Amino acid sequence: MQKKLQDYLGKYLGKEIKIIPGVPGQLTIEIPAEKIRATALVLRDEKDLDFAMLIDLCGVDYLHYGVAQWDTTTTTTEGFSRAVTEPKFDATNASNPRFAVVYNLLSLTHNWRLRLRVFLEASQLSIDSVVAVWPAANWFEREAFDLFGIQFKGHPDLRRILTDYCFIGHPLRKDFPLVGHNEMRYDATLGSCVYEKNLVKERVVVPKVIRDDNRYRSETD
Amino acid sequence: MTTVIVPRLTKESGSMTQLKHYTLNFGPQHPAAHGVLRLILEMDGEIIRGIDTHIGLLHRSTEKLAESKLYNQSISYMDRLDYVSMMCNEHAYVMAIEQLAKIDVPIRARYIRVMFDEITRILNHLLWLGAHAIDIGAMSVFLYCFREREDLFDCYEAVSGARMHATYYRPGGVYRDLPDSMPQYRPSPYRSKKYLASLNEARSGSLLDFIEDFTRRFPACVDQYEGLLTDNRIWKQRTVDIGVVSPDKAIAWGFTGPMLRGSGVAWDLRRKQPYEVYNQLDFKIPLGKNGDCYDRYLVRIAEMRESNRIIQQCIRWLRENPGSVLANSHKVVPPKRAVMKEDMEALIHHFKLFSEGYCLPKGEAYVAIEQPKGEFGIYLISDGSNKPYRLKIRSAGFPHLAALNQLCCGHMLADVVAILSSLDIVFGEVDR
Repeated sequence: MQKKLQDYLGKYLGKEIKIIPGVPGQLTIEIPAEKIRATALVLRDEKDLDFAMLIDLCGVDYLHYGVAQWDTTTTTTEGFSRAVTEPKFDATNASNPRFAVVYNLLSLTHNWRLRLRVFLEASQLSIDSVVAVWPAANWFEREAFDLFGIQFKGHPDLRRILTDYCFIGHPLRKDFPLVGHNEMRYDATLGSCVYEKNLVKERVVVPKVIRDDNRYRSETD
Repeated sequence: MTTVIVPRLTKESGSMTQLKHYTLNFGPQHPAAHGVLRLILEMDGEIIRGIDTHIGLLHRSTEKLAESKLYNQSISYMDRLDYVSMMCNEHAYVMAIEQLAKIDVPIRARYIRVMFDEITRILNHLLWLGAHAIDIGAMSVFLYCFREREDLFDCYEAVSGARMHATYYRPGGVYRDLPDSMPQYRPSPYRSKKYLASLNEARSGSLLDFIEDFTRRFPACVDQYEGLLTDNRIWKQRTVDIGVVSPDKAIAWGFTGPMLRGSGVAWDLRRKQPYEVYNQLDFKIPLGKNGDCYDRYLVRIAEMRESNRIIQQCIRWLRENPGSVLANSHKVVPPKRAVMKEDMEALIHHFKLFSEGYCLPKGEAYVAIEQPKGEFGIYLISDGSNKPYRLKIRSAGFPHLAALNQLCCGHMLADVVAILSSLDIVFGEVDR
């Protein structure tokens, strides 16, 4: 089944398309940002592909991808630092572009799923909207704009959707603190809502560690 | 209801100002808004010309929180997404972890999960039916639906200790096997002995006995709801030909679940992309024809009957096949407390699991299940660490609500309420 889909993808999208096999039954293709509109149209309209439904669209921030807060390989000599002392990420993931937009597509006629990923540089954070291709993208793109600050060119109504009316920043970016920047309360004397700087200190109870010893692989691998 | 009516002035009438379009604010505190929905309705008389939907008033940034927590700590957040179909949300999340970690789930755990998924489906549809009916003006259905929901909550409680937010599914299976006894009502000065005995009659056996008793009673209950609604003239006047969705539109707008099947598209993940043991169970996929509110009502009613049948099949299987309900994988599943007292390895595993968690291999997975409202998907990216790198929750209600503007244009104000409640919206999952 996956082989057939791969063949069709190669046939209609050209050989240069980057196909990344993942978990069995889930294909990912990567395309450059400028090709998104054309690719979306091919994926939807070619009867051999027929990805009529956009199931999901989301942004991803790869800033800290593969970067841990604790180094587990040198601990024998150096020991762990205390967890609650706010371990910061001192490195960033510089090898890849920072952002990505991921489209999860579904073909009802062929019963296929396909993941489409477009990497975006932080300096050029905009991509063509696919609302004209899949109307379902409307709110998903607004959400990605709200949470990551990705601009969707040609979107009919690109406003914030999930955060507050006068929210500043894009909360799902990795450099946005978990506790936020501002907090809001109702001031009875003023009779209105007041926004103040957040005084809560960010605290990491369990640091992020990466273990690469393959102990979770099953026997069949 | 916070109602702000702003009359629009039109120019064509010369010096006399004539009021034509109205902007009406609906919600966020409105009983028919199903939580915290704010609609700004553009109205021409009583006819809707456009809707600006404002969501996000229940946004709790579940996705951001999950990135800072160990994998297992986020299971309980899943309950709180769609707080009407709790275990189904957990199901998608633990399945995503299992797929990345390649954990095999014991077959008994799979049956238990399917049984509770279907119990959850009935729970969800009962709440939907009661709320939908009360929105349209049928009061008593709401009370009858909650009578049956109470029994199902007792099943949740018996198995997990919590009536709503169960955290019962775990990567590798379910937290524990089904209990052999049900909690019983205690004597109280406010209940007669006879009434107490009737309450406890079904609770004298195991949980499976209790659920089986429920599945025997339940079809008659559905008949009762149908007797009140299906051929009711007022009900049909309020729902037939209201909010019609054509199959093409439903697909383009990303509709799933009963919203898609109500329009006649035969798409159900339990059948098309079967997970757990759905391919071994016998059930039908009910379909609508016209895609209006009435067909969606019929589809959900029929789904309750089918879920009831699935539960009965699961009960039969579970009675005959005892076995383990959690995978035997010490790296992901915590060891039993009794084992920890004697086994050093088990103690270490326990310590590492609760202090550091487990690391999933690098990779990403999109796992979707047929939740009562539609396709609920978890897109999980792991960078090899002990926390999810990115967790995207694809909720079923989000694209449904996004199409509200197109669904309501041209209808009357009262139809907005009927269409909105036929979407089966829960803000926990829309706003996340």
